Parts: sequence; C-alpha cells; structure tokens
Amino acid sequence: MHEIAYFGNHLSKVGSLHMQEFPGIVAEARLWQIVWLSLQVSLSAVALASLMGLPLGAAMAVGRFPGRRAVIVLLNALMGLPPVVVGLAVYLLLSRAGPLGQLGLLFTPPAMVFAQTILILPIIAALCRQAVEDAWREYEEQLRSLGAEGVGAALTVLWDIRFSLLTAVLAGLGRASAEVGAVMIVGGNIDGVTRVMTTAIALETSKGDLPLALGLGIVLITIVLALNAAAYLVKEAAQRRYG
Amino acid sequence: MILPLALQQVSFSTGNRTIIEPLTLEIGAGPSTIILGANGAGKSVLMRLMHGLIAPTSGRVAWSGSDARRKQAMVFQRPVMLRRSALANVVYALKVAGIAAQERERFALEALAEVGLRQLAHRPARVLSGGEQQRLALARAWALHPEVLFLDEPTASLDPSATREIEAVIQAFDASGTKIVMATHNLGQARRLGDEVLFIHQGRLVERSPVDRFFTQPGSAEAAAFIRGELPWV
Amino acid sequence: MGLTWRILLILLLAAPAYAQQKFITVASTTSTEQSGLFNHLLPIFEKKTGIQVRVVAQGTGQALSIGKRGDADVAFVHDKAAEEKLVAEGFFVDRREVMYNDFIIVGPKTDTARARGNDVVSGLKRIAEARAPFASRGDKSGTHAAELRLWQQAGIDPMQGKGSWYRETGSGMGPTLNTASGMNAYALADRGTWLSFKNRGELEIVVEGDQRLFNQYGVMLVNPAKHPHVKKADGMTFIDWVTSREGQNAIAGYKIGGEQLFFPNAAK
Repeated sequence: MHEIAYFGNHLSKVGSLHMQEFPGIVAEARLWQIVWLSLQVSLSAVALASLMGLPLGAAMAVGRFPGRRAVIVLLNALMGLPPVVVGLAVYLLLSRAGPLGQLGLLFTPPAMVFAQTILILPIIAALCRQAVEDAWREYEEQLRSLGAEGVGAALTVLWDIRFSLLTAVLAGLGRASAEVGAVMIVGGNIDGVTRVMTTAIALETSKGDLPLALGLGIVLITIVLALNAAAYLVKEAAQRRYG
Repeated sequence: MILPLALQQVSFSTGNRTIIEPLTLEIGAGPSTIILGANGAGKSVLMRLMHGLIAPTSGRVAWSGSDARRKQAMVFQRPVMLRRSALANVVYALKVAGIAAQERERFALEALAEVGLRQLAHRPARVLSGGEQQRLALARAWALHPEVLFLDEPTASLDPSATREIEAVIQAFDASGTKIVMATHNLGQARRLGDEVLFIHQGRLVERSPVDRFFTQPGSAEAAAFIRGELPWV
Repeated sequence: MGLTWRILLILLLAAPAYAQQKFITVASTTSTEQSGLFNHLLPIFEKKTGIQVRVVAQGTGQALSIGKRGDADVAFVHDKAAEEKLVAEGFFVDRREVMYNDFIIVGPKTDTARARGNDVVSGLKRIAEARAPFASRGDKSGTHAAELRLWQQAGIDPMQGKGSWYRETGSGMGPTLNTASGMNAYALADRGTWLSFKNRGELEIVVEGDQRLFNQYGVMLVNPAKHPHVKKADGMTFIDWVTSREGQNAIAGYKIGGEQLFFPNAAK
C-alpha cells in the first residue's frame, strides 16, 4: 500500500520536474548530437535491411522450393529475436577474440548498424513476403501469361506494391529506433561516439535522473511519430496518383 | 504457325476432384472457337490448360511449330493492370516479349489507338473504368500480335455498352487473322462472335458443332437444357 | 551473399569518420562514469595529449572481461583482488593504484533496523537480525564483491535471506539504488554514485567512515603480448597521466556540491 502511494506521489513529481526542465533539455547541443546519431544508425540499418530483406521476401513469396514452408515459419519466428541476444551474438562476432575481430568494428556506430540490420531483417522480409504473396495471387496469372516469370516477375510485383511495402519498412524502423539491448552491448554507450537515444535514456534512468530520461523519451517518440506521419502522407499521395 | 493445337487425353484433377475428364480434341486455325458451358463446368480450367498456365494431371498439350508460348495472349475476366499509366502497361508487355526499347512506345501507341484508348495513354491504368481497363488488356494483347488470343469471360463483369465495345475489338482481332478462343456463358455473345462451339458440361466435352447448328439443333440433352436456360450452373 | 556482403557494406559506412583522431578504449565501471568523474577528467587529458578516450562503462565484471578479450586498451576498475589475479594470469600488465573512494550504507530515514553509526559490521548484523529489506547489486561488480566481503566479516550469509529480505537486482549501482529507493531498503553504494544520484526518496546515509568501507581503484594496460593490436603507447600515456601529479590533482579537484568524491593515492 505504502509502495503504491509512494510511486504515485513520485510520478507526479517527475512529471512536474520534467515540464520545467524540458526547454533546457531540448536546447542542449549534446542532445541533438545523440538524436542525429540515433537517426543515422537506425535509418542505415533500415536501408540495409530493406535492400536485402525486400528481395528476400519477394523471392520467398513467389518461389517454390523444398522446405519453403519451414523457411517461412523460421522467418516469422525470427521477427521476435530479442535485441539483447542479437547484441550478444554480434559482440562475440566482432570482439577481438572473435572471428571478425580484425575489422576493429566493436564499439563503433557501424557495429550498431550491423546488429540492428540483423535484428530487423526478418521483420522486413517476413512482412514483405506477406504483402507480395497477397499481391501475387492477383498478378500471377496475368504476368505468367505475358511471359514474365521468376525473378523478373517478383521484382515487377515488388515495385508495383512499393507503397504498401512502406508498412514493412516502418515496422523495421520502429523496432530499430526502439531497441536498446543490441546497441548497448555492441556500441558500449560511449559518450560522444556510440551514445544513442535509447542508451542515453537507459543511462539517465540508472543514474536516477528520471526527468531527463523522460524528456529524452518524449523526444524519441516525437521523432518516430513524425517519421511515421511523413510516410503515411507519402503513401496517400501515391495512392491518389497511381490508383 | 503454332496451330493446330492438339489436346491428347488431357485431364486435370486436384485432390480427389476431377475437374476435366480425359479429353482429346484439336483446335485448328480459322474459325473463332467458343467454349460454352455453365458456371463450374470447367471452361476456365480448360482455357488455362491450353494456354499453359496450369499443367495437366495427365495427357499432353501439343502445339505445332516452335515458341508457342510467345505467340499466344490471354485476357482474363478481371483485367490486371500494374500501377502505371495505360501506355506503360502495354510497353511493359512488349518489354517482357523482348521487343527492342526504341520500338516499344510506338507499338504501344498503335495498339492503344486500335482499341480507341489513345487519348487515355498517360492516365494511370487503375483509375480507368472497368470497360476501359478491359480494352487496355486487349490493347496489351494486340501489341504482341499473337496467333491465338484466349479470352476467359471477358465481358462478364461489364455493362452492356462496355460489352459492345469489347466485342467490337474482339471482332477486329478476328478480322486481322488472330485465332479467337473464348470462354463464355453468354449465349448471345457466343452467337455474335463465334464460328464453332465447344460445349463443356461437368468437365466433359459434350458437343462440338458450328455455332448456328448448335443453337438451332443441339445434339445433346445437356446442350438443349443449357440453351433453354435450365443449366445455369452444375 | 549474406555475411561477406554485409561486412563490405558496413565497411563502406565505416570508412569516412574514423580515420582522423587518435583514441584509446578504456573499459571502466558504472561508478566512475555515473559519478561524472570522467566528464571532468578526460577533457583535461584529451586537450593535453590529443588522444580521445572512449569509455565503455558497464560494470567491473564486464570491464575485465572486455579487457581479457582485447576489446579495450586499458581497464580502470575497483576490484583489487580480481585485478591482481588477472595480472598474474597474464591478461593485464602495469597495474597501478589510482585513487580510492569509500562505500556507504544507505537506508530509510526511519532506520528500522537501527543500523546507524560508523561500524559497518555491526550495522550489517543489525540489518540481518531485523530482516530489513536490503538491495544488493548481485552482478559480480567491484561493489558487489566488496559487499559480499563485508557480510563475510560480519559472519552472516545473506543468501539465507535470499528471496525475502535480501534482494539481488543483478544490475548497476544506479538501478540498484532506484530499487532500494522504491522499496525503502538498505543498500551498499559508493559515495560517488550516491552523491550524483537524484532519485533518493526516503533514503539517506546511515553508515559511513568505517575503514573497511575503503574502495581502491586500479588502472592497468591490456597485455600487448596477448593482444598485439592494443594501443600500448597511447594507453600508457593515459595510465602515466592519471597517476601523475597533474592527473591526481585533477581527480582531487572533482567535487559535487563542494564534496570531494575520489581521493588520489597513486604511488609517488
């Protein structure tokens, strides 16, 4: 009972503190450096994962090969990969004591991009597969009648539904910008080098500086919301244009 | 010349349902062939077997001549268009067919003019009306100059005036020498456009005769019932 | 496709920014980073030497593990026993004492267990007898190791209370203090983290000043014989500086609210 009352009381204090400090937080140059790095890392990961995942998803949707259903189930399951597990695996890979240690990538932004790409690749591929499979049902006969098969046909469908694929890409972006487990382990949360929004929030929370952590959280959510809104408007405009 | 097309003991089943019983027939050049039958009789499956979209469970689909794949085209009941302009859709078909890049736009515009869609060349294909899209599908087929044109109930989803427009284009195809193979359950259309009728009932070819004789003196009880309007579906 | 491809793409990304400035990677603990010491100390060093210091701060256990694997150049932690063991095993070289701070026991203002005073052993005994809630880090950190040694000195096995009054959070100093604050529990903390901790709730210092709460920090170089890529020269520059008069003065100069957190004690 005492705990609940204490927590409620504390929450309201946190809220009011945050309101006072928010303008100060936003004005900080270091905040924007962290935001910029977060965007670079997550957007790069989304770009790489899309480059690989969209064709992969389309191939899965259109292709027929033994074990196809097992691969689809696996891909769907991998959507739920825990970020911290991916982080650990990539750490062991990139560590000096590991197979790719020579590259010296650990504790740098490229390592974070690498980890996040692995994390969101299944999401983008699986959602793309679903979208292409649905579209393929509509397009298949006509395309085959015209003589388009295999890779060419898959790419044609992929390009035709490109605005619907935005949903898959946004899901990947959401996952990447929200996760902290992978980037914390492979990035090391180094001040000024690998500190991103989520790791900064984790740090400030563990330091007990809850108003600052909350402020950072709000900035992060606002940015993700803005990106989603922009994507939605693009999708709508395209729908009007291409039917 | 890829005709005549010979079906040798061709059958098609899925699971334990037989959709087409073993069928042997020959489709020759010249007369427009109408595949007539009630809904579910197997017309669409037969068309797809002939065009090569599905493989027969047994038997052989044998075209004469070489490269039969590229000398056919098919128009479906609902036109499937890419999210591009009308012109771009026809150009796409030409691209897949291997036509040189410089020629594609010219041939495409000719095809659009042939079906009366020249003005709408740059409109997004998907915002066109049902009838216009179906005409576009015919333009796309026309641009390929196929020897055989398959049509699977092309006007089933269209209103009467659009239907008339489509029938006019089909007749133009016929006049230009393309072999027409069309599935329909529309008796009037069959009479207007066809030269011979293949009547399909429950997956079997029940009757084959010139169109006039089929409608005035049907040889089989099923055909007679169908013409009277008593067999809308199986 | 797959892995090789990905690596190439990532190298493309890696190419631009990381060529220029010299840097070393220092694996340290959350207490040094979260107390703000590094924010004060490192700019002075960087300005003087032009070497950027990248601190990966994740707890003593992890810092030492990172060093063993060769993923850092220098380790800066506070677990003398563990450090000396690893030097003996050849993973680190050139260990030097740098500074000390002290641990304190924090607890609820009301001090239900009557642990208050400057005797840590009797304080812990009273907490155990009263079965008052105690939040432990439980994460193999230097602080955790120190805590377990103190329980041992008090002749108490806290594991008897595991799950009831003795709560292991398995996390860093900050989160553990958050938990203690939320549960109104006692906890062992380093003074540095406590001084900059903002979420105190009802907690305050109940035990301090006992010699046994003395917490020694050491700095050492990852052994270049084991990991040839280690930046030996720049790493040693850092170690030399932090134990030099200038570095030691900088450490002493770091204060929060007028209070000095760390006391330099490098061998002269």
